[in-house]
Amino acid sequence: MSTLSTDVLVIGGGATGVGVAWDAALRGLDVVLVDRHDLAQGTSGRFHGLLHSGGRYAVKDPQAARECVAENRILRRVAADCIEDTGGLFVTTPWDDPGYADRFAAGCAETGVRCEEVQPSQALRGEPRLNPRISRAFRVPDASIDVWKTVWAMSHGAQQRGARILPYHEVVTIDRSGDVVGGAVARDARSGDELRIEARVTVNATGAWAGRVAQMAGIEGVRVLPGRGIMIAMNHRLVNTVVNRCQMPTDGDIIVPIRTVSVIGTTDQHTDDPDDHTVPQEEVDRMLDEGERLVPGFRRARALRVWTGVRPLFEDAKADSTATRDVTRAHALLDHEQRDGVRGLLTITGGKLTTYRLMAQETVDAVCRQLGESRPCRTETEPLPGSESGEHYRLGERLARKEAELRGEQLICECELVPRSKLERAIAQTGSTDLDDIRRQLRLGMGPCQGGFCTYRATGILHERDGLRALEADASLLAFLQERWKGVWPVLYGDQLRQARLDEWIFQGVLGVERLPTAPETAGAGGASGAGGASGAGGASGLAPREAP
Amino acid sequence: MSDLIDMIEHGSLRGSLDHCVKCTICETACPVSNATPLFPGPKYAGPQSERYRVAGEPSVDASVDYCSGCGICSQVCPQGVKIAEINARARDALKREHGVPLRDRIITRPTWLGRIGTPVAPIANLALNLRPARILAEKALGVHRDAPAPRFAGRRFSTWARARGRERRADRATAPGAGPPDHRGLPRRVVYFHGCGTEFYEPWEGEKVVEVLEHNGFQVTVPRQGCCGLPLQSSGLFDDARRTVLRLARSLSAPLRDDADAIIVGNATSCTLMLKREGREILGLEDDPDLRLVSRRTYDICELLLALHDRGELRTDFRPIREIVAYHAPCQQQGHGIGKPALDLLALIPGLEVREMNARCCGIAGTYGLKAEKHGISMAVGRDLFDQVLASGAPTVACDSETCRWQIAHGTGRRSVHPIDFLHRAYGLDDAGA
Repeated sequence: MSTLSTDVLVIGGGATGVGVAWDAALRGLDVVLVDRHDLAQGTSGRFHGLLHSGGRYAVKDPQAARECVAENRILRRVAADCIEDTGGLFVTTPWDDPGYADRFAAGCAETGVRCEEVQPSQALRGEPRLNPRISRAFRVPDASIDVWKTVWAMSHGAQQRGARILPYHEVVTIDRSGDVVGGAVARDARSGDELRIEARVTVNATGAWAGRVAQMAGIEGVRVLPGRGIMIAMNHRLVNTVVNRCQMPTDGDIIVPIRTVSVIGTTDQHTDDPDDHTVPQEEVDRMLDEGERLVPGFRRARALRVWTGVRPLFEDAKADSTATRDVTRAHALLDHEQRDGVRGLLTITGGKLTTYRLMAQETVDAVCRQLGESRPCRTETEPLPGSESGEHYRLGERLARKEAELRGEQLICECELVPRSKLERAIAQTGSTDLDDIRRQLRLGMGPCQGGFCTYRATGILHERDGLRALEADASLLAFLQERWKGVWPVLYGDQLRQARLDEWIFQGVLGVERLPTAPETAGAGGASGAGGASGAGGASGLAPREAP
Repeated sequence: MSDLIDMIEHGSLRGSLDHCVKCTICETACPVSNATPLFPGPKYAGPQSERYRVAGEPSVDASVDYCSGCGICSQVCPQGVKIAEINARARDALKREHGVPLRDRIITRPTWLGRIGTPVAPIANLALNLRPARILAEKALGVHRDAPAPRFAGRRFSTWARARGRERRADRATAPGAGPPDHRGLPRRVVYFHGCGTEFYEPWEGEKVVEVLEHNGFQVTVPRQGCCGLPLQSSGLFDDARRTVLRLARSLSAPLRDDADAIIVGNATSCTLMLKREGREILGLEDDPDLRLVSRRTYDICELLLALHDRGELRTDFRPIREIVAYHAPCQQQGHGIGKPALDLLALIPGLEVREMNARCCGIAGTYGLKAEKHGISMAVGRDLFDQVLASGAPTVACDSETCRWQIAHGTGRRSVHPIDFLHRAYGLDDAGA
């Protein structure tokens, strides 16, 4: 077993964990980060993409609202390139309590959320597909944030400063001797090799999985209740502004325009298993019905796919229960030295994407306290790599880039405008043969055809570039198709059903993928089935409509 | 209410991109992207790029201007994506932002050009055929020196029509009810929409249309009328196009309101398509009552005559014409969704051997092929058709659209006429007039 030695070991490669790595690296600490899967493959990569203005918490949770106000301002500056300045609207529809609007305005004023009431007609001019029966409308500085772009930027920035980022390394043991945690042993999911990482401080940033990791260190009572929510991506921008219902936050009350799609979210179901990715049909229907209230015609618009994410709702069994109820949506930093008398381990969980930076800052402050060093945080002012210009992302960017070299290279993913060279670069950089990893880098296969036309092209390139054996290439292809298929089947109606038929004809009818020979030992290597690990990583099961319930 | 309708219609046009399954049939059929790499193709420019366009944000894909607007993509799409219409909207947004060249402001206004050119036709025609003048026009304006330029007829169709109207009124006073009456026993009434091509360049085509209609017992009225706005629309000048088509709808709808059975008939197939559908859909004018009325009751001349024949009411006293004629159905004619009625009508003429050309597009697409930067593309697009025409051995090409006729004549050196010419001849009407 080889051994690495570092100042800080971060377990968990979501926005928080990578945020901690970036923050610590900026403070000059040496960092190693491990994740059992790819970066941002769990909760971070499975949300709707909202950068909160604070409006959603203005009435319900003023403290969270204030945090969002501050973090929204900071992230717009330091992560400009990851953020599209869509602006946000809160609108009162005929189904919303008309009394809430005034409480909302007061809450915003109180918590510092920049909020301006506009005439409904004015809101409708900007968003013509919005329900014309809205009675009130408020503008807020909501925005959408590309979490993958954010996480890659932080990861690259941290790596440039010496951090070692190790995806597909699952922690198998936490090294604890006596009352001191001295690091962990992680297993490389691809090679099976184990790696010992000795660390002065270990940060458990595993979100909904934090209780399990704490338990590995022998620490009990870190209870994180996973709250499962579904989201549906619609084929194009039905709205270009984040649209919220002006009511107490509830299911299906927000549509976020992010990249080429608009995402409606979300539900909230408690589950015992953070790897539970069930998509109940009833929840899908509820989302679509709520969508119809915000945007008439929503049900006739094309849904691309559904996914689920789990919120980490922290409940500290050691604190008294009345206090925890109030803080479930806020984040929690546990210094296990103070809480359990165990040195060298911190747990950071709960919270939301918008406040990931603050969570990282508080965590690394605590790391420095444990190390007895004074290192001021710099993430508030230091732009992420790629965001130096301070210019926000615009939806037209990829189209503009392609326009500049129209006659240049072939598009591999036509829907998301991914050219061949970008795909080849991503394959070379990640070293991954897992198309789902590539997808999170490039949005490969995330458009209307859901991989129908790019999967076989990308597989061919993988095969050619990486000298991948045919059997391995087959496995990559099948794993990716299976992964795409999982998100599509719950919304198989209308246009997406037609698309699925065409895709099926291509893959089953023309290419006969069900009869592809695969090598069982390499199939789906690297957890191709996604954070869920639910099913069908490779293997001959392929995309089989009959698997759908 | 108008806002609401506008919203729904705009939504549905853009919303039709949801039907795209990326099958690429439109790209296979697109005449332009198959002739030039400058246009990235209808799927790319339409449903694909539309997902990247945000209202109010800068246009980033100027290549959409290379779409000729022929509309073949929308016709062949098996899923109902309004591809050409999405592209037209994107072009409008582009032009709003980057401005419209002076050339496009000039060549898209056939009414102005006609009014200026007609009185001085001999000089204007000379200038249009004078090499140095054309080179100058290309350099100064960007109108390609070789682009097919129609000759001013030097007279206007409407002048003829007014005189004819006076004559007919006098006739009717003495011998009322010539020809078979309609179901109420009244003379059938049509409102003739002749378009600018007939008015200024080919008045004889209009004269033939009127004579063929009258031969079949129609009472033809020709209200004062201007341009339909299509050239403006296809160059992305939407606001001007809206004003123009609404002005036309105003004048054409008046006689329809007076007579619930009256219909509009036109021989300019692109212009009738503008009235039927494109004005409403592309320009978002669904809620204009005049245009809606006009839209519902507009027919292509061949469409009308074939419908008449289907009911056994078309006169078939045709004399044989022993000739070969090549027929090309223009893209815009195909946009009507009425099949190819001209083919069926021409088949009624004894002796006439009709060869249907199996080519997509002649390349001109209205004013597209006139533009210096696009003329080469337009000729490349038309190559296939030109070759087929030359190989057919036909001395004459029948085609429903005037700009296509000019392009075909330019590309092949063959005479090109509206299909109505053959019907007119077969009825012996040209002898009668002579």
